[in-house]
Amino acid sequence: MENGKTKARIMDAAKMQRTITRIAHEIIERNKGIRDLVLVGIRRRGVPLAERIGHSIEKIEGMAAPIGILDITLYRDDLTMLSPQPIVRQTQLPFDLNDKHVVLVDDVLFSGRTVRAALEALIDLGRPKTIQLAVLIDRGHRELPIRADYVGKSVPTSLTEQVKVKVKEFDEIDEVTIETLEQ
Amino acid sequence: MSLKHKDLLGLQELSPEEISLILDTAIPMKEVLNRDIKKLPTLRGKVVATLFYEASTRTRSSFELAAKYMGADTMSLAVATSSVQKGESFRDTAETIEVMGVDLVILRHAMSGAAHYLAQCLKASVINGGDGWHEHPTQALLDMYTIREKKGTLNGLRVVIMGDILHSRVARSNILGLVKMGSEVRVVGPPTLMPRDIEQLGVKRYYSLDQALAGADVINVLRLQLERQQKGLFPSIREYHQHYGLTPERVRLARNDVLVLHPGPMNRGIEIAPEVADGAHSVINQQVRNGVAVRMALLYLLMGGGAEV
Repeated sequence: MENGKTKARIMDAAKMQRTITRIAHEIIERNKGIRDLVLVGIRRRGVPLAERIGHSIEKIEGMAAPIGILDITLYRDDLTMLSPQPIVRQTQLPFDLNDKHVVLVDDVLFSGRTVRAALEALIDLGRPKTIQLAVLIDRGHRELPIRADYVGKSVPTSLTEQVKVKVKEFDEIDEVTIETLEQ
Repeated sequence: MSLKHKDLLGLQELSPEEISLILDTAIPMKEVLNRDIKKLPTLRGKVVATLFYEASTRTRSSFELAAKYMGADTMSLAVATSSVQKGESFRDTAETIEVMGVDLVILRHAMSGAAHYLAQCLKASVINGGDGWHEHPTQALLDMYTIREKKGTLNGLRVVIMGDILHSRVARSNILGLVKMGSEVRVVGPPTLMPRDIEQLGVKRYYSLDQALAGADVINVLRLQLERQQKGLFPSIREYHQHYGLTPERVRLARNDVLVLHPGPMNRGIEIAPEVADGAHSVINQQVRNGVAVRMALLYLLMGGGAEV
């Protein structure tokens, strides 16, 4: 999957975990507890991150918040331009969304289009009380008026670069790197 | 991995990987059927036309709903009240629809090969909804989805297809698909309704229903087309039922967890006993539900992507 040269490593496994723990604290603080709180990970890498945040929340509060999985492929705004089409996977939300405080979780916030698709998907599935967004990395370059409520780290990047979040669940290692794209 | 075809004309042209892709894509589509709002934005602005020269309840409405759930617009050409009655040719009918901006046509026609011909004439994608005696690929795909969902895999399963194999496009597509996916397929029916050399497709042929059903994991019951009796292909409907009807006693010859499928519409009491159709082994209603999901998956895979196919 390496399509560029690694320019810098901005997080290692330990830093990643500390950042996730801090985000978990912020979520609990801002929502004054975890009542009616649900975490929804955006496939694919948002899912293990949501699970880790959920784990941290459980350690802090002694109670777990429900975790769901959202696949936004069918809501993308660029499908007619992609060939081959992206693989569609399952959305699994084993709870009612109505009146819940949903915290969407994704690895990198970039143009904002993935989050826009996720908002549309959630609203088709129910009526949450609030929708908040937690991301591990915000790399700027928004194309839509979308912002994150909880940010692990803000990383200014150029458009010739790519931010790669690797998680043990898929990539055997936890780390965040900046790569330059092959020209 | 993608479906590298403009059209879906038959299972003959598909590889096992492509079949798996379609079945895998149908899984998240099925979840949409459980929602309150059964509408996705994915195929917004696309137009799907059904062109059915033969009668259909299931297939046509299933495709129309699948298209609507995916957000597409649908158009249904009622052949009986169209200019086809004035003698308009098949090709002209199709091209007329295409120039009005239709992106995909689903065709059912009495002539084998009609869908292939149409696919060559049109730039739009074509899905074969059943052509003559040849293939009915979407039925076979939903049958395989149903089996795989219940059994976990198609590989190594003993699948019995019973009835009028000779005239059945459902049987042909099922045979092609199941053999590709590694199932052991047995066909059974009266000799007058069995194609010669059917073993060349990789199946085992039986004439005794009791023998064929021994140890079966899946039984797929084909509809008896009653008009065949007029042509003397079997002596009477009663005798057909006696020798080739799926009764509860015969179901017991198969495995305890056998699945019973039927493409519909059923002739209750003829090829299938009502207690079997409504019984614990029957997954017939689930087939219909899965059919919508599988067709949604096909529409996504054929229309959702970019310009270069």
